[in-house]
Amino acid sequence: MKQIPRRRFDALVIGAGGGGMRAALQLAQAEASVAVVSKVFPTRSHTVAAQGGINAALANVLPDNWHWHMYDTIKGSDYLADQDAVEYMCRAAAHLVYELEHAGVPFSRLDNGKIYQRPFGGQSQSFGGPQAARTCAAADRTGHAILHTLYQQNIRARTHFFDEFFAIDLIKDDEGHILGAVVLEIETGEPLIIEAKTTLLATGGAGRIFRTNTNARINTGDGMGMALRAGIPLQDMEFFQFHPTGIAGKGMLITEGARGEGGYLLNRDGERFMERYAPNAKDLASRDVVSRAIYLEVKEGRGCGPKGDHVLLKLDHLGADVVKKRLPGIRDMALTFLGIDPAEQPIPIYPTAHYTMGGIPTNRFGQVVLPDGDEHEQPIPGLYAVGECACVSVHGANRLGGNSLLDIVVFGRAAGNHIIKYLKRNRYHRRLNPNSVEQALARLARWDRSGGGERVDALRAELQQEMETHCGVFRSAEILDEGVRRIEAIKARLNDVELTDHSKVFNTARIEALELENLVEIALATVYSARARTESRGAHSRVDYTERDDKNWLKHSLYFQQDNRLHYKPVRMQPLSVDSFPPKERVY
Amino acid sequence: MRISIYRYNPETDQAPYMQDYRLDEVSSETMVLELLTRIKAEQDESLSFRRSCGEGVCGSDGMNINGKNRLACITPVGELGESIEIRPLPGMPVIRDLIVDLSQFYHQYRSVKPYLITHDAEPEIERLQSPQERDRLDGLYECILCACCSTSCPSFWWNPDKFRGPAALLQAARFLEDSRDQGTAERLNELDGPYRLYRCHTIMNCTDVCPKHLNPSEAIGKIKKKMLKHII
Ligand SMILES: Cc1cc2nc3c(=O)[nH]c(=O)nc-3n(C[C@H](O)[C@H](O)[C@H](O)COP(=O)(O)OP(=O)(O)OC[C@H]3O[C@@H](n4cnc5c(N)ncnc54)[C@H](O)[C@@H]3O)c2cc1C
Ligand code: SF4
Ligand code: SF4
Ligand code: FES
Repeated sequence: MKQIPRRRFDALVIGAGGGGMRAALQLAQAEASVAVVSKVFPTRSHTVAAQGGINAALANVLPDNWHWHMYDTIKGSDYLADQDAVEYMCRAAAHLVYELEHAGVPFSRLDNGKIYQRPFGGQSQSFGGPQAARTCAAADRTGHAILHTLYQQNIRARTHFFDEFFAIDLIKDDEGHILGAVVLEIETGEPLIIEAKTTLLATGGAGRIFRTNTNARINTGDGMGMALRAGIPLQDMEFFQFHPTGIAGKGMLITEGARGEGGYLLNRDGERFMERYAPNAKDLASRDVVSRAIYLEVKEGRGCGPKGDHVLLKLDHLGADVVKKRLPGIRDMALTFLGIDPAEQPIPIYPTAHYTMGGIPTNRFGQVVLPDGDEHEQPIPGLYAVGECACVSVHGANRLGGNSLLDIVVFGRAAGNHIIKYLKRNRYHRRLNPNSVEQALARLARWDRSGGGERVDALRAELQQEMETHCGVFRSAEILDEGVRRIEAIKARLNDVELTDHSKVFNTARIEALELENLVEIALATVYSARARTESRGAHSRVDYTERDDKNWLKHSLYFQQDNRLHYKPVRMQPLSVDSFPPKERVY
Repeated sequence: MRISIYRYNPETDQAPYMQDYRLDEVSSETMVLELLTRIKAEQDESLSFRRSCGEGVCGSDGMNINGKNRLACITPVGELGESIEIRPLPGMPVIRDLIVDLSQFYHQYRSVKPYLITHDAEPEIERLQSPQERDRLDGLYECILCACCSTSCPSFWWNPDKFRGPAALLQAARFLEDSRDQGTAERLNELDGPYRLYRCHTIMNCTDVCPKHLNPSEAIGKIKKKMLKHII
């Protein structure tokens, strides 16, 4: 093995979004030596783009309690969420939000000085009663406020950051322990081995598998790709959230908070069509419901614009003051990208790929788990995952808005705490496994090959288009069969892709190539999982199996890269302390 | 359309140079980031720049476009006229092409203690803050650390190691203005002396270029006022 520099830490955190940084903070405050690796400077992580807010039943505006939040989350998930994890998250929510406030997050305020909360989709009082107002917001820049605050607190706690280092693969030994990761220093192009007693993946979502999406260019699901290559399955990948209100044709997000503040959707006849699809919740029904409604309005010829290809989000009736005070970020965005001031004119919108519900399977301590028989699971020693790359699962088949920022801080902290315990019991680094390092390096070296092969960019564009066409809002066996064929064909061609730029210093072409490998694997996991699930649940809508089928499908999918094998495990229906919420018909 | 871009790869180039590219069918709403992405995809894979969100919130793609520091992702071609010239942010060491080394910039940010300092015990719920108190943070907390301001500030070019620069000072103001913060004295002590704060000569470049429409110059003014009171 060529001499590669090595660094050693107690804990390695891969990813400096909200999930990774909340975990790192817990670790640094407990005086563990912790390294955070991020392919971009921490505050450029995608958490920065979150707009609308973070859910917690603070009851600052309307009556609320965590149990109602738990019910809404499980109903929103179309009963696929694990109820122990959901209870844990909803119970912890208020504490975690207060903690963020104490850390300095500049939340918007109510007249009585408490944190401002707005209504969001899928929220109710008293288990399905009137609309609740549960989403704590810093205007419409909540993600920015949280991410910057967490970074700042990590500076204070002296966390060690490796900024602009790209994680290539996990290092694993023959007994299945995870020993750290091989990373690439982007600025120099040199590999580095980071050895750690525990490794936490917090690499975010994979929205870039789709053409039109709300995600940053860096959201390529690298951690999920690393897990697959280490023999770890991905859970529930067929459930990908399409957000109802993306800017039509462009994909940037207009927060659900816009509807929370009182905005609503109109079709070409000026009809407030959500009243037909969800008589009670109307525009604040769950995201899967609203996205399908928009899709159908357009398909049935009631779309707006010369091509009839979108609907309108009306906000002008809120008045310029509310729009400027509560939604300044999306106003800026509409002005920049459309030349439209939403305080005066409606915004053209259409559903856009947004959130990866599936991911690396974990328990509620953030430990990555492997199935052990049909009923049980085993943690992988030394490996943790939190945030959008993980599937704990609190979002099940459909995530509620405002629950992801909550997910990342709750489970970031929980994983941090569990790692602290693990470190007490495992005091020494295990012996490095050179074979595993070699494999990671081979993956890197593969991109030194030159020739006139296919281009990264062209293949990625094809992949994204195929996913949009064959794995979108509505699916069928026929479409998904074709999807599997096409994505497999793209995977086969990946072998022929070559770079022309082989320089070392800040070679972004090479980074994009490594990212493309991950995208292809995740796209495959998604289409295979989707093809197998012959029911409609949450975000996964099949035109050939239009009903939810609890008898056969109230279970989680696990996709293994090897042979594209699928395995299933039961949903944990038993909460920690309260009664289970059994599946019911889901109406809004 | 002709786009002229600053190129430099330390592995192969003795010195930086400008390279011209041509692109057809560019509409006036096209953002500069899209031009760069197209050139990288269609013509020259080796062209290097940072980018992530594509919507002006992550602060990755600050660069000098037709003489002004801006975010490529929210700068439409229509604002720029016939020819476009793109250079890295000025005054910082260039790593490659449009990518600069921002270590000094981040160092200055970390130096102003950019985190809430409190001494009282934490309450069980949130600390209270009136909407009016919260309003004082507007125009300060939204900074995305894009470095457009500091790298347009002549005082920062001359003393990047000593003058904190507009972005870091804006951050200092963000905490000084926060009704919850109890670190006023230590913050002001840290900024005292001839350089850290007082190298700002109110040239206003910073405020002119800030893509988030923030006003570091005004924020610095506020700190100076507080400093006067503090010293007396
Ligand atoms: C536009 C938008 C608005 C949203 N609004 C809301 C909202 O209002 N409320 C809500 O609850 N949720 C919202 N969400 C969802 C939520 O923001 C995300 O799910 C959440 O922030 C993800 O956080 P994370 O920590 O898991 O990952 P991220 O914040 O995506 O961070 C991932 C980190 O991993 C690093 N990384 C990735 N790959 C590698 C690699 N190979 N090597 C090294 N580092 C790597 C990245 O550099 C980054 O630091 C929104 C999402 C979007 C897209
Ligand atoms: S006002 Fe001060 S900080 Fe801003 S550019 Fe001028 S000298 Fe620099
Ligand atoms: S103040 Fe404005 S220009 Fe300066 S770093 Fe912040 S966002 Fe960028
Ligand atoms: S890419 Fe994020 S600000 Fe331009």
